[in-house]
Amino acid sequence: MEYGFTTAAYVVAAVLFILSLGGLSGQESAKRAVWYGIAGMALAVFATLIGPGAGLWPLSIALIVAGGAIGTVVAKRVQMTEMPQLVAAMHSLVGLAAVFVGYIAHIELGRVLAMDDAARNALDGFAAVLAHKDGVEQSILRVELSLGIFIGAVTFTGSIIAYGKLAGKVTSAAEKLPGGHMLNAAAMAVSLLCLIWYFNTGGILPLIIMTLAAFFIGYHLIMGIGGADMPVVVSMLNSYSGWAAAAIGFSLGNDLLIVVGALVGSSGAILSYIMCVAMNRSFISVILGGFGGPAGEQMAVEGEQVAIDADGVASALEDADSVIIVPGYGMAVAQAQQNVAELTRRLRAKGKEVRFGIHPVAGRLPGHMNVLLAEAKVPYDIVLEMDEINDDMPNTDVVIIIGSNDIVNPAAQDDPNSPIAGMPVLEVWKAKQVFVSKRGQGTGYSGIENPLFYKDNTRMFFGDAKKSLDDLLTRIS
Amino acid sequence: MTPESVDQLKKLGYECAIETGAGAAAGFSDAAYAAAGVEVLPSAEALYAASDIIAKVRPPSEAEVGLLTADKTLISFFYPVANEALMEAAKATGASVIAMDMVPRISRAQKMDALSSMANIAGYRAVIEAGNNFGRFFTGQVTAAGKVPPAKVLVVGAGVAGLAAIGTSTSLGAITYAFDVRPEVAEQIESMGAEFVYLEFDEAAQDGAATGGYAAPSSPEFREAQLAKFRELAPEIDIVITTALIPNRDAPILWTKDMVEMMKPGSVIVDLAAERGGNCELTIPDERIVTDNGVTIVGYTDFPSRMAAQSSTLYGNNIRHMMFDLTPEKDGQVNHNMEDDVIRGATITHDGAITFPPPPPKIQAIAAKPKAEPAKVLTREEQLALEKAEFKAQTRQQVTLLVVGAVLLLGVGLVAPASFMQHFIVFVLSVFVGFQVIWGVSHALHTPLMAVTNAISSIIILGALMQIGSGSFLVILLAALSVFMAAINIFGGFLVTRRMLAMFQKS
Repeated sequence: MEYGFTTAAYVVAAVLFILSLGGLSGQESAKRAVWYGIAGMALAVFATLIGPGAGLWPLSIALIVAGGAIGTVVAKRVQMTEMPQLVAAMHSLVGLAAVFVGYIAHIELGRVLAMDDAARNALDGFAAVLAHKDGVEQSILRVELSLGIFIGAVTFTGSIIAYGKLAGKVTSAAEKLPGGHMLNAAAMAVSLLCLIWYFNTGGILPLIIMTLAAFFIGYHLIMGIGGADMPVVVSMLNSYSGWAAAAIGFSLGNDLLIVVGALVGSSGAILSYIMCVAMNRSFISVILGGFGGPAGEQMAVEGEQVAIDADGVASALEDADSVIIVPGYGMAVAQAQQNVAELTRRLRAKGKEVRFGIHPVAGRLPGHMNVLLAEAKVPYDIVLEMDEINDDMPNTDVVIIIGSNDIVNPAAQDDPNSPIAGMPVLEVWKAKQVFVSKRGQGTGYSGIENPLFYKDNTRMFFGDAKKSLDDLLTRIS
Repeated sequence: MTPESVDQLKKLGYECAIETGAGAAAGFSDAAYAAAGVEVLPSAEALYAASDIIAKVRPPSEAEVGLLTADKTLISFFYPVANEALMEAAKATGASVIAMDMVPRISRAQKMDALSSMANIAGYRAVIEAGNNFGRFFTGQVTAAGKVPPAKVLVVGAGVAGLAAIGTSTSLGAITYAFDVRPEVAEQIESMGAEFVYLEFDEAAQDGAATGGYAAPSSPEFREAQLAKFRELAPEIDIVITTALIPNRDAPILWTKDMVEMMKPGSVIVDLAAERGGNCELTIPDERIVTDNGVTIVGYTDFPSRMAAQSSTLYGNNIRHMMFDLTPEKDGQVNHNMEDDVIRGATITHDGAITFPPPPPKIQAIAAKPKAEPAKVLTREEQLALEKAEFKAQTRQQVTLLVVGAVLLLGVGLVAPASFMQHFIVFVLSVFVGFQVIWGVSHALHTPLMAVTNAISSIIILGALMQIGSGSFLVILLAALSVFMAAINIFGGFLVTRRMLAMFQKS
């Protein structure tokens, strides 16, 4: 088929992809936007199949159908609480595919270079493009494809580790091999040397060594990052998978790959940035793993945690006019979103104002809480962001905190020596009464005490979030 | 102690005894105590002889102090400042004396703060007494017989008693105003449903924490402003409840004679500070008087005793909490830990030495946060200058970035071939578009965003499809694998996004 048609289809597909991302600005337009994405992808695949270079249609289509079937099943079966794992797992697939495509490009380059002129002229598709490259262009091609392979490999192992951590298959604590980040630096240096080596010789050996080094970096980097920093990690890997696609796009000379890769890359980068701002930490410090030590002596927490039973919470809720619920990762772990939603429905039926306050890093994935609440049929217009709801806290009768800790820690504002000082938090302690549903008296991810639990207007509602809420629901009709 | 608190004391490992008839006024009979397992002893002397720890309400008499020995502990109200001779006598016996009125005001000690318990009762009772002497409804009503205006209550001093009075008065339906010299309590007052009476007065706010959470004497100018405000309010107010006390001083006069004269006949003043001379000029301690213009002034000093059952229960609980802290091992042995802020603060004699006044507690009392520097108000010129400077800095930064970017691009362009530059332009533009578009994505949709970017990053499938027909076996294998994985991703990503988005529903 004509080369022009493929390009035209790519332009349309690129526009559709941009619209698809742009549509996510609102819940309603998003429902339409996802169809733009699907259409764009279908068009791009179709155009490529009939375009130059492609062949083996039956095989291609069979593979797409087989893959599609698996993807469909996974998408249908996955629990909303498992969304972070799924996203991480899918990133690893993109990463590995990028590595493979990079190797293919390398092999093709070698094949084409070995041909004589007559044979070269007979080529079409990608091989033809390769055939017409001069020396400088070939060198650039090598840099591009090794970049693609490198980023893809880091994404692959990194995503697998992230998946393991999120699914609880790998310890979610930050763990490093002895040597720590020096190992990463060394692997980085090895990769750089291999890049230069490959640049000069074009052999496959440096490429393989570099891939192994990148696999190691991906593994070790993510192992060293703790569970609650996963929102940043997952968005970072999202970004990497985009840049890998873009790098491959350069080496294949395919503009659509470049466009989409750049879109995805910048999307992931922005998400990582938003998460970092929400934790008041620099990107570097998240990647290096762990919270820094306290800057000085932390304020002593005085007072005691006062426990309360379901009856007490129920009667306070009966009296309250306005309620704000602040969910955290604990809600996802306990799978308590349905109970939360049921509580919300009953309270709303009594004419009380119930709203949700969502911190940007609540959960293990950007926007994780929103999806869980949406799954439990909580209307999205009562689910508000931190900045939207903080001003209303002083006028609120009851705040219920379900499985969150650091994101409601007043030390972030009061104690300049706290490790989380300056992190924006939900100012729940300004409400008249605060109930904290929590498994035990432990600390949050940052490992620091939460003075909120000791405040006069705070009552601790100990126990598994789902059980506690079950208990509570029997007392609220 | 009350029959209920006996159980918990026993859990701490103590045996309990009580003087006969001690609970009668509060409605606890000797029989009830006996049933709870308390030994009822016929006289105070017998009790002192039999017990190691003696808890009572009023300060001990000299005779009672004489009954103390070095191994005994006395817990009661003591007022060590007023009763110095008594304290000397107690010291001479070598006994440990814990004064319930000296329990420091820190969060941890609240459960044993008997002053707060009693003040709470006094505040409540003050409103009840006022209602008793007030000839009208508290709440406004519109009845078939006509409209009744609500009563207006002014509470002066918003300590524990004041806040309790505010709570009681608002729940009876009165319009309640409250005043306190500590502006930081305004929030508490408003949370109880009263209106804080603000003074237009510029004075550095006192740091309540420095005085242990109590009010400190105010300057003469401040007092004048305060009285002027009260004078303005006096004609409208039906009920005044004054609770203003300053530690170790006479109560300040806040409601002067002329204010009383301004009030409507039938109005009521309840003076909770009567014991210290009263906040109202005309108060006579322990008496209820009616002035010539028909204003009733209640100067009782025994409000807690007027609610004996309630105050006994609360005081019994305070004592129980004190015992709990004194017995960390729960083995019936007193561990008089002088390192503990609360125990140290409340103890006035120990081991034959006077330990009063205590050093300041290690933990500061609450109250006002150190005032944050008020943001400097900029004049218009300054603001304009600031904005201009900011704009300039921004421009400079942006231009620098652009220049550096352009130079870098040019540098690349000099080396790289044209074919690369074409792609590069596409790349830079896409990054730019990506940044613009993604900033608009709503926070709530970040998870769907990740899923959809995941799906479209599988565009890498094109790279595999373009080469699958190449012929070399290795290439076909790798390409086939890539196509397969990317296909999983495309379908999985888009479908899961759709599933998520379908869940978002408007109410």
